[in-house]
Amino acid sequence: MTPEKLQQIAESERERQAQFADGVNVCVATGCLASKSQSVKGALDSEVVTRGWENRCHVKGVGCLGLCSEGPLVSTRSGALYKRVTAADAGDILDHAGKAPLRRLLCPTDMPFFQKQQKIVTENSGVVDPERIEDYISAGGYSALIQVLTEMTPVQVIQEVTKSGLRGRGGAGYPTGLKWSTVAKAVGTQKFVICNADEGDPGAFMDRSVLESDPHRVIEGMLIAAYAVGASLGYIYIRAEYPLAIKQLRTALPQAEQLGLLGTAICGTRFNFRIELRVGAGAYVCGEETALIASVEGKRGTPRPRPPYPAQAGLLGQPTLINNVETFASIPPIIRKGGDWYASIGTEKSKGTKVFSLTGQILNTGVVEVPMGVTLREMIFEIGGGIPKARKFKAVQTGGPSGGCIPAQFLDTQVDYESLAQLGSMMGSGGMVVMDESSCMVDVAKYFMEFCMSESCGKCIPCRVGTYQMHRILSAITNMTATAQDLKMLEELCDLLKNTSLCGLGQSAPNPVVSTLKSFATEYKAHIQEHKCAAGVCTPKAQEVCA
Amino acid sequence: MKPIEVKTFKMDGQDFSAGPEETVLDVACQNNIFIPRMCELEGLSNVGACRLCLVEVKGSNKLVPACVTQVEEGMEVTTSSDRLQNYRRMIVELLFSERNHICSVCVSNGHCELQKMAQKLGITHIHFPYRYPKEQVDASHDRFVFDQNRCILCTRCVRVCDEIEGAHTWDVMGRGIDSQVVTDLNEPWGSSETCTGCGKCVHVCPTGALFEKGRSVAEMHKRRQFLPYLTMMREERE
Repeated sequence: MTPEKLQQIAESERERQAQFADGVNVCVATGCLASKSQSVKGALDSEVVTRGWENRCHVKGVGCLGLCSEGPLVSTRSGALYKRVTAADAGDILDHAGKAPLRRLLCPTDMPFFQKQQKIVTENSGVVDPERIEDYISAGGYSALIQVLTEMTPVQVIQEVTKSGLRGRGGAGYPTGLKWSTVAKAVGTQKFVICNADEGDPGAFMDRSVLESDPHRVIEGMLIAAYAVGASLGYIYIRAEYPLAIKQLRTALPQAEQLGLLGTAICGTRFNFRIELRVGAGAYVCGEETALIASVEGKRGTPRPRPPYPAQAGLLGQPTLINNVETFASIPPIIRKGGDWYASIGTEKSKGTKVFSLTGQILNTGVVEVPMGVTLREMIFEIGGGIPKARKFKAVQTGGPSGGCIPAQFLDTQVDYESLAQLGSMMGSGGMVVMDESSCMVDVAKYFMEFCMSESCGKCIPCRVGTYQMHRILSAITNMTATAQDLKMLEELCDLLKNTSLCGLGQSAPNPVVSTLKSFATEYKAHIQEHKCAAGVCTPKAQEVCA
Repeated sequence: MKPIEVKTFKMDGQDFSAGPEETVLDVACQNNIFIPRMCELEGLSNVGACRLCLVEVKGSNKLVPACVTQVEEGMEVTTSSDRLQNYRRMIVELLFSERNHICSVCVSNGHCELQKMAQKLGITHIHFPYRYPKEQVDASHDRFVFDQNRCILCTRCVRVCDEIEGAHTWDVMGRGIDSQVVTDLNEPWGSSETCTGCGKCVHVCPTGALFEKGRSVAEMHKRRQFLPYLTMMREERE
C-alpha cells in the first residue's frame, strides 16, 4: 500500500458511487435494527430491482444516524432524513428520490439535536458503509496511517497526540499522549496495544455505535498507536453482548489485512502489526484494565493491585497500551488535521469532542457528539429535547455505576472531566441517563448497587461483602423497614468501599449512593421516618421473618 | 558488580532501610511491626486482596496495601491509625457476616487466624447482620474436609496448590458474593484426579474451612513451617 494506491482506491470508490444518480442510506446499527430497519433495507433493495433502478439508485446500509428514538432512520443523498420508516414506505421514498423530500416521514434536521453536534469521532457514522473498507478510504480513511508511516517518527506522533490534549475516553480521563509516551519508553521483548471495547455501563452505547458504524476508524487508531509505542500485536477486547460490532470487526480486520494495512511490512515499511479479537464472557469488571489483561491471558478476569501499571508490565508482563474505543477513534482526525486543531475545540482542560449516549426520560434518545464544555442544560433540554409528558426534570446520571446523580440546581454545569468530578459524579465513558419526577432516587441508588454487587469479582472483601451489605440496606430503605442506624451504617460502608477496595469498581461503587444522599437526603429521610416514597415507586413490604 | 540499591524510609516515625524490591510488609515483619493481614502468607505470591494491610503514605490520599507496595526512598508510612484500625475492624466484621462463623463449634477454635485477628482488633460483636448462607461441606476426600461455611476466600489454598505443589486442584468459581473455592471443575474433592493429597492447602488455610478428618472442636492445629523452607530450598536450587 502506497499513498498513491490509497488515493486510487478512494477515487475508484467515489466513481463507483457517482454512477448512481441517487442514493438512499438506511441505518443498520443496533438501535434501528431493533425497530426493523433490516426489513426497510430489504424492501428498498427489492423495490429498486422491481423498478430496474439498479444503476440509478444506490441503497446503502450505514451506521448510526444518531437519533435512535425515531428509528428506523433513512437518509437520502439530497439531504433529507426520514424517521420511523417502515418497509411499506420504500416505494414512496424512491418516488421522491432526487425530488422534493417526502413530507410525511421527514425528520427536521435543523433542530438542536443535529445543529448543536460537532462530529469528529462519529463523522462517518451514517455516511459510510461499515462493511466496505473502500467506502472508509473514500472518506479519507487510512490516510492518517499512511501519513504517520511515511512522514512521521513515533516521537512526532506522540507529540501530536500530546499537543491535541486528548484524554482517555474510557472514564478516568488520563492524558493519552502521556500514556503513549510511557509505553513507548518502557522496555520489553514485545509490546501490545489493547482496545478496550468492554463497554458495560448501564445506559452507555457510544462505543458500540462507533464500532458498528465505523470499525476501520478504530483499527486505524490502533495502528497509529502501535507505530507510536512500538507494538507488534494488538487485541480488541469486546463484550459478547455486542454481536453486530463483533461481526463488523470480523469483516473489517481481514479487509485491512488484504489491502496490506495490517500484517507484516505495512505499506512497505518495517512496521508489523496484527490485531486479534477477544470476546468477553460477560463480566463488567473486565473493563478494568488489569482484569481485562488477565482475561486476554485466559485467566479469571479479576483485577490486581497497581503498580505495576500495564504501561510497564501488562499483558504477559510486557509493556501494554490500553485505550478505549473512542480514544482510538479520535486519533486519525488528530493526525490528519493536527493536534492544535483538536486542542482548539473544548474547554481548557478537556479538549475535543465527546460522544454521549442520551437515554432515560428524555425526548430524543440516541448517540450525540458534542464539544467538551456544553452545559448539562443544553445537553438535556436542547439536544435531548427535554422531558416528555410535561414531567419535571429530577436528575441526570452520568458515568454509569461509578458516577453520580446530578440534580437540577447544577444543570448549568459544563460537561468536562473536572466539573463533573466536582459534583461527585464523573465523565465516565459517556452514558447519560435522564430521570424525571417519576424516579425514586433511593430506588435508583439501589439499582446501581445491585449492579455493582452482581458484577463484583469477589476478590477483595470490602467490595465483595460491602456491596452486598449496602444493597441489603438500600433494599430495606425501599421496603420502608430501615432505621436511622441503617443509614449511618450505609454512610460508613460508602467510606470503607471508596478507600479500601482493590479496583475502581469497588472504589466507585458508593458514588451513586453518596451523590443521592447529598442531593436527595430528604427522600432517604421520607422513606425511613415517614415510610413514604414521593415518586410512588417504593411500597412498604413486611420485614422478612427468620423461619 | 552492580551496586545494590538500598532505600531508607520512615515507618511509624522510625527510620528503616529496605533492599531492592522489598515491600513495606517485608520490612515491618523484619522489625516486629505488626500489620494485620489475612490473604498474605510467607512463601506464597501476594494478591493484595484482603485489604487489611492497607497503610497510609504521607503525601498520598490513597491507602496502599503493605504486602505489594515496594519501599520508595523517603517514603513515610503509618501502619496504624484510628482510621486504619476502624477500616480493619469493618473488613473483619464483613468477613464474619459473610459466611457461618460459629467459633464455639469450630475445629479451629483457639487456633484460627480470623478469630485471632478479631481479638487483636478488639472486635467484641459484629455490627453487620449475618447472611447465614446455605453452604456445602465436602467430606468426600479420604483424609480432609472442606467446609465452605468457614471459608473467607483468601485463596491461600488456591495459591499453594498452584505455586508450590503444582497441581492447581483449587480455584475460584462464581463472582462477587457468590464466589466459591472449588476443587477441579467443582467436582467432589474425593474424586479429584489432580489432587495429590499433599495437604498443603489444609495447613495454609487460616480458618477451619480446611481440616483433617477426625479432628473435633478446637483440635485442628495448622503447621506451616514447611512453606518458607520449601521456598528457600527452591530458590537455592535455582
